[in-house]
Amino acid sequence: MAFEGLSGRLSEVFKKLKGRGKVKESDIKEVMREVRMALLEADVNYKVAKDFVASVSEKAMGSEVLESLTPAQQIIKIVNDELTELMGSTNARITFSSKIPTIIMMCGLQGAGKTTHCAKLSRYFKQSGKRPLLAACDVYRPAAIQQLQIVGEQAGVPVFEMGQGDPVEIARKAVLHARDYGNDILILDTAGRLHIDEELMDELRRIKEAVQPQEILLVIDAMTGQDAVNVAKSFDETLGIDGTILTKLDGDTRGGAALSVRAVTGKPIKFVGTGEKLDNLEPFYPDRMASRILGMGDVLTLIEKA
Amino acid sequence: MGFFEKISAGLKKTRDSLMGRLEDLAAGFTKVDEDFFDELEETLIMGDVGANVTMRIMDELRDRVRHAGITEPTEVIGQLREIITGLMGEESPLDLSTKPSVVLVIGVNGVGKTTTIGKMAAYLRGEGKQVLLAAADTFRAAAAEQLAVWADRAGAELIRHEEGSDPASVVFDAIHAGKSRGADVIICDTAGRLHNKKNLMDELSKIARVISRELPDAAVEVLLVLDATTGQNAISQARSFQEAAGITGIVLTKLDGTAKGGAVIGIREELGVPVKFIGVGEGIDDLRPFVPAEFAAALFEGQEL
Ligand SMILES: Nc1nc2c(ncn2[C@@H]2O[C@H](COP(=O)(O)OP(=O)(O)OP(=O)(O)O)[C@@H](O)[C@H]2O)c(=O)[nH]1
Ligand SMILES: Nc1nc2c(ncn2[C@@H]2O[C@H](COP(=O)(O)OP(=O)(O)OP(=O)(O)O)[C@@H](O)[C@H]2O)c(=O)[nH]1
Ligand SMILES: [Mg+2]
Ligand SMILES: [Mg+2]
Repeated sequence: MAFEGLSGRLSEVFKKLKGRGKVKESDIKEVMREVRMALLEADVNYKVAKDFVASVSEKAMGSEVLESLTPAQQIIKIVNDELTELMGSTNARITFSSKIPTIIMMCGLQGAGKTTHCAKLSRYFKQSGKRPLLAACDVYRPAAIQQLQIVGEQAGVPVFEMGQGDPVEIARKAVLHARDYGNDILILDTAGRLHIDEELMDELRRIKEAVQPQEILLVIDAMTGQDAVNVAKSFDETLGIDGTILTKLDGDTRGGAALSVRAVTGKPIKFVGTGEKLDNLEPFYPDRMASRILGMGDVLTLIEKA
Repeated sequence: MGFFEKISAGLKKTRDSLMGRLEDLAAGFTKVDEDFFDELEETLIMGDVGANVTMRIMDELRDRVRHAGITEPTEVIGQLREIITGLMGEESPLDLSTKPSVVLVIGVNGVGKTTTIGKMAAYLRGEGKQVLLAAADTFRAAAAEQLAVWADRAGAELIRHEEGSDPASVVFDAIHAGKSRGADVIICDTAGRLHNKKNLMDELSKIARVISRELPDAAVEVLLVLDATTGQNAISQARSFQEAAGITGIVLTKLDGTAKGGAVIGIREELGVPVKFIGVGEGIDDLRPFVPAEFAAALFEGQEL
């Protein structure tokens, strides 16, 4: 019941509309209520969903839909197009610095997938002929350094570590190390932290000031619920993120958090994680994400039936 | 410090201001009208309760309000808390009545399984129990090393094999070591796995079978760890893990963040599985028994966007 998606929700409404030809404004209201419910069940933030539905309703009230003989198709098309648009573009580009190394800093909540994605990214760059270096700036989590060393080895990428020292100092030394050894990309693994933990958020700010990364990427779990907006907003306000990596999309989550994060930060989703293995890294496709949030596979069949 | 205070402290707010939020909500309204119900509905959805479950709760609330002729917003909030507290059931302690007893800890990736085991081991050690940990996550990089650090901190024993070995055989060894060394509780860590991956879920079923075969009369708790930050996917997780290994309880972690874990209400409703513990931080003392009334109260602390 909870995961029937937009199509399940709309099919009832459309059954009523079918054969009636034109739809009335009141019909659109009913349809939009279902759109809103579907977004909420997909974990799109409540306020984001509200705003989205308001703007789509306005478009749908436009004459084309009301005059159309296939209102259902029209409405679904508008919802899908608007959502795809909001998801941004396919943009996996990383800004490279003119002098080495280009620094990428990963940040995010505990367990989001930062360490794994440091290794995935390093592997990705290595395959394109770069010479990446990983740096272990998580000095808190038990065995975090060993974890990075193991995944670094799997990726064939060296790891810079200084044990449980000061993360800011480790980042700074890692930059020098990268310069000395000709590593053109440096990826900083940081400890997971809550967005409301002022002390640890300040640590990230100090790392940023010390090494001026070209890319600060927020790693966010695709299964995140309503709180995704608060998390994204805090990290963005504290650090000015350049993009996000959406992880664990190999699950069956609808991933509405993607829309929330886009809506509050306006920053691109650059990569998605689709598994625990190091080659499970893909560019982000806005249209696929929109269909996923809406349960669109079914919606497309519905358009045919409507 | 209760988890309630811990959350408030994390937010740099006092318990008073938490109550304040509820009072604000009530004070902002002079009568019980649709706007007021909308506001309550929003609070629930913002707490990840989910649209469907929220609608059911709101229906029940409207019924109660109508029947009892309630006109005071404060009273309505009281009723809502009562409904939610009721949905969460009673406090439900672990059954560790046999020697040894087994706790199998499962869940998706990164939710806090290993950390919870570390905390739980310390908690049980504090009660004077002999605890043995089984490092049956043989897949994730440095998973056994991580558990070894926790075993050390908690003063528990550890059984581990090398990376890549069969998790069920680690559990098998741990059970036999536990029996011969007179352990009171054997806690098994498992690799994080997404619930839609059949082969990984089958591996869990196999572990569960080994436990019931080797210790047919033992008290066995199968705890599903859920991250409070997770949204509606938590329900899908619970359903799949229930099917694969028969869960007896839930541990809701990361409640020290701003997320409230409202998704567990739907799980309790649908599967009837109780929340047994909550995680409120990364420290060794940050595991608490779950108290339904506290949880209901915490839900109302909505965060502004
Ligand atoms: N299925 C799946 N699992 C993932 C993905 N990315 C990471 N994981 C798993 O998620 C868990 C947590 O990943 P980590 O990389 O340790 O996360 P982290 O953000 O570094 O965690 P902390 O350092 O503790 O904050 C591990 O079990 C990973 O294997 C993904 O895209 N899909
Ligand atoms: N803030 C907070 N962090 C927690 C809590 N419980 C665990 N963590 C953190 O979450 C991250 C992941 O915890 P783990 O115990 O490694 O999670 P896991 O489920 O064993 O992960 P995998 O084995 O990779 O699937 C670590 O950084 C923990 O310190 C909690 O209650 N609150
Ligand atoms: Mg990490
Ligand atoms: Mg673990």
